[in-house]
Amino acid sequence: MVETSDIRVVRCGGSKVNLTPPIISSDSRFVLCTSGDLVKVYSTRTEEWLHSLQGHTNQVTGITLNPANHLQVYSCSVDGTVKLWDFIDGILIKTFVIGCPLFAIYVSEKHTGVLFLHVSMATDSKNECFQLVSVHLPKSAEQEVEAKEMSAVSSHISKNPSCTAFGRGGEYIAFARHLQLNVYFFRKQKTYSFSLKATDKKGAKNAFTCIACHPTDDCIATGHEDGKIRLWRNFIHKKEYTYSTQHWHHNAVNTLCFTPEGTHLLSGGIESVLVQWQYGADNRKEFLPRLGGSILHISASSDGQLFCTSHSDNKITVIESSFKVCGVIQGLVKGDAVLTDLMIDPRSKALVLNGKPGHLQFYSLLRDKHLYNLDIVQQEYIYEAGLDQFEVVKAAFDIKGSWLATVEERGKKSSDLEFFLKLWAFDERTQSFVLNTTITAAHTDRIISMCFSSSEETTMLVTAAEDSQFKAWCQGADADTQQDQNFWSCDFVGSYHKLNPTNCSFSADSSLLAVSFQEVITIWSPDTWEMLTTLCQPPGVIRDLCFGRLSCSKYLLGTTTKNLLCCWNLLTCELEWSTSVDVSKLQPDPFSENVAAFSYQSKHTDLFVFKPSEPRPLFTNKNVCSEKVHRAVFVPREEPLNSCDESTQWLNRSQLYFLTQNMDLLTFSTATEEDRMLSSSKQLVIDDSVAVTPFYLLLGKHRQQQQKLNTQSHPVSDKPQQTQGSVTIKELLHTPAHVLPAASVLCSMFVNSFLISNTGVQQDPLREEMDSEKEEEDSEEEMEACDSQQELRAQGSVDEVTPKLSKAQERELKRVRKTDFSWMAGLIDSKP
Amino acid sequence: MGEFKVHRVRFFDYMPSGIRALAFNRDIERIAVARMDGSVEVFHCSDRFFQEKIIPGREQCGIEGLSWVGERLFSAGLNGGITEYDLTNQKVKYTVDAYGGPIWTIAGNQQGTHLAVGCEDGTVKLFEVNEDKIQFERNLDRQKSRIISLSWHPSGSKIAAGMMDMIQIFNVETGHSVHRLLADRGVGTSRSKECVVWSVVYLSDGTIISGDSVGMVKLWDDQTGTLIKSHNVTKCDVLALSVSQNEDSLVAGTSEGTVVQFQFISMVLGKDDKEWVRTRTFKNHTHDIRAVAEITTAVVSGGMDAQLVVRPLLDKVEVRSAASALRKIHFPHRRLVSCARKSGLMLFQYPGHLELWRLGESEGKGMPGSSLFVKRNPEKLLHLKVKGEDHIRCSAVSPCGEWIVYSTASSLRLYRLHCDNNNVSITKISKLPMVLSSANQLCFSSDSSHLFSASTQSSVHLVSLSQSGCKFVGTLKPKSGERTIGFGVLHIIEDGKWLASANSDHEVHIYNLQTRKAHCTVPVYSSAVTAMGIHPTTNCLFMMYADQQMCEYSIEQKQYTDWSRMVQRKGLHRFWMERDTPCLNVMFNPQHPSHVILHDTYMLCIIDQSLPLPDDKTQFYNQLTLKSLPEEQRKSHSHAFKVCKTFKDILCVELMSDQSLVVVERPLEDVASQLPAPIKQKKFAT
Repeated sequence: MVETSDIRVVRCGGSKVNLTPPIISSDSRFVLCTSGDLVKVYSTRTEEWLHSLQGHTNQVTGITLNPANHLQVYSCSVDGTVKLWDFIDGILIKTFVIGCPLFAIYVSEKHTGVLFLHVSMATDSKNECFQLVSVHLPKSAEQEVEAKEMSAVSSHISKNPSCTAFGRGGEYIAFARHLQLNVYFFRKQKTYSFSLKATDKKGAKNAFTCIACHPTDDCIATGHEDGKIRLWRNFIHKKEYTYSTQHWHHNAVNTLCFTPEGTHLLSGGIESVLVQWQYGADNRKEFLPRLGGSILHISASSDGQLFCTSHSDNKITVIESSFKVCGVIQGLVKGDAVLTDLMIDPRSKALVLNGKPGHLQFYSLLRDKHLYNLDIVQQEYIYEAGLDQFEVVKAAFDIKGSWLATVEERGKKSSDLEFFLKLWAFDERTQSFVLNTTITAAHTDRIISMCFSSSEETTMLVTAAEDSQFKAWCQGADADTQQDQNFWSCDFVGSYHKLNPTNCSFSADSSLLAVSFQEVITIWSPDTWEMLTTLCQPPGVIRDLCFGRLSCSKYLLGTTTKNLLCCWNLLTCELEWSTSVDVSKLQPDPFSENVAAFSYQSKHTDLFVFKPSEPRPLFTNKNVCSEKVHRAVFVPREEPLNSCDESTQWLNRSQLYFLTQNMDLLTFSTATEEDRMLSSSKQLVIDDSVAVTPFYLLLGKHRQQQQKLNTQSHPVSDKPQQTQGSVTIKELLHTPAHVLPAASVLCSMFVNSFLISNTGVQQDPLREEMDSEKEEEDSEEEMEACDSQQELRAQGSVDEVTPKLSKAQERELKRVRKTDFSWMAGLIDSKP
Repeated sequence: MGEFKVHRVRFFDYMPSGIRALAFNRDIERIAVARMDGSVEVFHCSDRFFQEKIIPGREQCGIEGLSWVGERLFSAGLNGGITEYDLTNQKVKYTVDAYGGPIWTIAGNQQGTHLAVGCEDGTVKLFEVNEDKIQFERNLDRQKSRIISLSWHPSGSKIAAGMMDMIQIFNVETGHSVHRLLADRGVGTSRSKECVVWSVVYLSDGTIISGDSVGMVKLWDDQTGTLIKSHNVTKCDVLALSVSQNEDSLVAGTSEGTVVQFQFISMVLGKDDKEWVRTRTFKNHTHDIRAVAEITTAVVSGGMDAQLVVRPLLDKVEVRSAASALRKIHFPHRRLVSCARKSGLMLFQYPGHLELWRLGESEGKGMPGSSLFVKRNPEKLLHLKVKGEDHIRCSAVSPCGEWIVYSTASSLRLYRLHCDNNNVSITKISKLPMVLSSANQLCFSSDSSHLFSASTQSSVHLVSLSQSGCKFVGTLKPKSGERTIGFGVLHIIEDGKWLASANSDHEVHIYNLQTRKAHCTVPVYSSAVTAMGIHPTTNCLFMMYADQQMCEYSIEQKQYTDWSRMVQRKGLHRFWMERDTPCLNVMFNPQHPSHVILHDTYMLCIIDQSLPLPDDKTQFYNQLTLKSLPEEQRKSHSHAFKVCKTFKDILCVELMSDQSLVVVERPLEDVASQLPAPIKQKKFAT
């Protein structure tokens, strides 16, 4: 397909950061983790996302530090390449093309120039068979090299990458699959294997789940499905090998990690408790409980001062070696299912969906950052399997973002169904949503659909439920309540032939409300609550309903269960066109006329983007993903693209994100967009002595300027420099507060910038008459000078910072001071 | 297979006694076990842990320690004496008082020259081991508190002694203390409690390993007297330690019932810097482990729950076989029950008394497998207490039920039983012949006219019984050699013509009772005889061995029978060989001459010699399969071994003369319920 060549499906934003173990740079300043197609670099101190390493075209499956250079990192991806990055500058150094999908990467100091990779054996896709291969990296200066020198190490490899680990100094590699542990010695080229019984008498499940090797001793720690940890020793003997068993975890051990000195072993599992075992004295252990989701990976920094754990709720926790949590990097929380639609908060432009149980999460896709959780259920969540607890199932924002409606529900069977409709008002003062109204029995049965009217003046909520009614809710309509409180109450109850409604939707100008009752669509006027017309296009129950936007607002789109996509013209009340396609999700773009339709056919999902006015798709993308798509959203762009290409034009103003059944958040990216991002990432060339925080960027820039200043003998005369002062303040004020240094440092610097320096000629009383504009310029230039001094001091410079004036200059200055400047007054007065 | 009426007897309240000490002798591969009741047992380690010798204990004789010196076995106990045992005659040889109060521990040096005992008064006393006795040599420096544990340095020049709160190292030459190692007390409330060093082990490289009541296994250096490393093994006490011969493995028994293994492993493979690393944990006991022994291929442990557990170390075992399986020994490998076959009486032997019971009677016939209505309950007729402090060594009731005999280490008593209706009375036969002063094994002839007693003097004495009393008839001696009949499985055939005896050297002698001469000797087999029987019609001797082999020997032809040769040629089924308890009785069914009835602790088996033997491919336990087959095909699928696993924990099976079987069971749950409560442990999710 020619059309889709420059539009790709990418994992960009809201991806899993917990797929692979995070790595901590050797100076403990950065945490690197894979996130979709990117490798992200975070600061350990501020938890800020600094930049990302972009270049892979598919899921990144493994990262590891280059043992030869601690400032470089290797990453491998399903796209079949290994890339070497300078992760501090975010520069791609080299690409090694391997040619088959890669699933994990391992390196060892002893094996320089050799990478160990998990590749999928290409026999057949059903039998997931993995192979561990070593790849010799060709020494070539080219940017992109094809690495062909591969040799297989073993094919008894588990698909779990944590079941493979290098032993002491890279002498051997240990890998386990199912019930067998293998240790391959490189020097002897011999594999020793040890098997466990599937179950012992007590019904323990012995399958291996993870492996870690002691850094200095020949000891292999293995985790097992039943929660046991075994420490294997003496494994060069077929029979005289031995192991000791420790048992604390009550369920499978997910990950094991030795500290770099080998004094402790860290383990984690579903309990979300980080356990630290003292090596050698095995029953002495420490715990760090209540870390959130279950622990999936643990990694330790090379000096052993920091640990990182990644959790199943898409979170990375940075932990000090004293077992204190010092930072949390939260990704998009993905539970088992997203029950609410994907929504965009109109105020923060954040993506809103189910987060922690009973919460809505607000996630900024632009900054790829978790903003906050809103507790909807406001009840304690009890972690117990099979317990029926309240869950947010529906949520809707009004057009301004000042109201949020949520429905929480408990009871899978309708007999003991319990649900609440809650309305939340946005509080400007606290900048968050505050509960306004709770409606306990909004309907007698489950709420199916809910939408706000889109008009600016009156906000109205319409809910449609399985009790064959739809209700309209308005604010403050109830006369009984006190006047100053704006509670919500029911305004209108509508029904149609006792049919169960399936969907409701307001037109773009809120003048019409469409409610679908099984196969019939009814159009109502919200002002008078009179049913205007019914539209009927049998057969099939209406599945999705949406109005066209902007120029196409006269069209109403609907999809049915009988694989029909219909478009009605509301002016003529006739069917404009219809086509036979199985649409699983219909998503209108709020900023254009475009409508995106996901259709699931023969085990893959296709995307069509079209305008309701014409039954011809603007853009088609076959085989977007292999799962069904039920949730999608258009996210507005910060700055629109200006692509003229017809196929990419629909992505100019907003970006389409969609969620697959595997809970992967995918999006489309255009070639121009990628080019822009690549070019911007290359600009960052940063001194590696300072952490890359926005504040650093700010200061670093000024230091360069200041160096420039120092070289100039008369900085005052430099015109362009004078505007820099206000820029500094502006940048200072626009920098997020949490990345700024202490206020005491900034304060003096800030105040100094306003002080009038005594080194200049301004002390002359006549100066007061000077042009105000000129004065401002002067003060700015002074501030700049002071600024630079301040910075020098802050850097602990030993240089004398008093004005560097020679004796002759001082004399000259005194002479100037004594000079009568009264002639200047006339000069100024004469100025227009 | 045949159907039997079965008396299922569960009123024999036999309680095995807890194990207090273990001593392993590597040269003769025997392990000696001392129990709480003062009895000492000797197990043969390479012969499937068959219990070769039992030396019954005495009242008030708490053994605290056991030690081998060469092939001699010594024990010491809280009565303050050191005892040497006569292992051939299975009795106490002599006792020497150490004059130091109760003795807590005894240890012999590797050279076999000296014994050291640790006494309550704080002295370590050295005894010289002479040819026939031991001789007190001297005391080492007296300490303030009692000596709990002792260990010799393999060179014999130093002794480490565990005491309260400390370990002392003595120089044996000078008798002075060289180092004092202070053991830490526990933390918290247990700080006020003394730390008892329950066990010490002195290694040849100068490392001292101690196990104490705080739950620590500590490693000390004897040169500097410093602590090298400590392992917290348990929250309770570490009661016992044992090190393997090449000092690369150490086991520690705790009061939680776990055995913890430590191994001397190089931390970096292929290099020599080794460290003691805690490796495996075995949990086979429910109660305190009082003694452990690391034998070359296994860890043997015993404790308050009275079972001896042999846990094989599979890394040391050359070939995995039934001999190297986990083994738990609950009951003695000899019979404690004798039955009067003709009168339905049973004699139960307890350590300190005998009980005589009459079997109950049932009504009518039932379906196979159903239980019958009991018409008359079993009835305890007699409770006979032993005179004196010694425990009973052996006992027997005559087939007619008129005579009861028992023997202790010092005396033998014969009683005549009078039973008229409900009045039971006994009269002691007063004038016994001199030869009947003590017996190792006792047996009545099948017509109850004679008593056979295996004496300590390498012979079987023959005594005739009559209304008036008893009269010594003669002595049966083997043809050659001075060998004593050690462990004698003694058996008499039906017509009184033949008598067979087996001794501890695995020899089986057959005597002709009419001529009172030795008839022949069965070729010696490497394994011990656990049970034997003489077939009433064919006069063949059927023998069961500890390694689960079986032999049939024709007495008249003085050679193995054809069937026996066929068994040897074809080999026995794998499942038969993998059983871990020895056969304890061989019986013959007069109605089916080709049937041999056998039993061990877990099963009852009838061997039909007329059917083909199973090979390894055939299904061994095939009763259920046979039942499902039609009548015609059964013949082709059946084989010689019919195994019945209905009964468990069998102490004795006997075929009565009315064709009913008596099965005496002692369920292990009943034994466990009578044990004291174990240490309470927190278990996850309880």
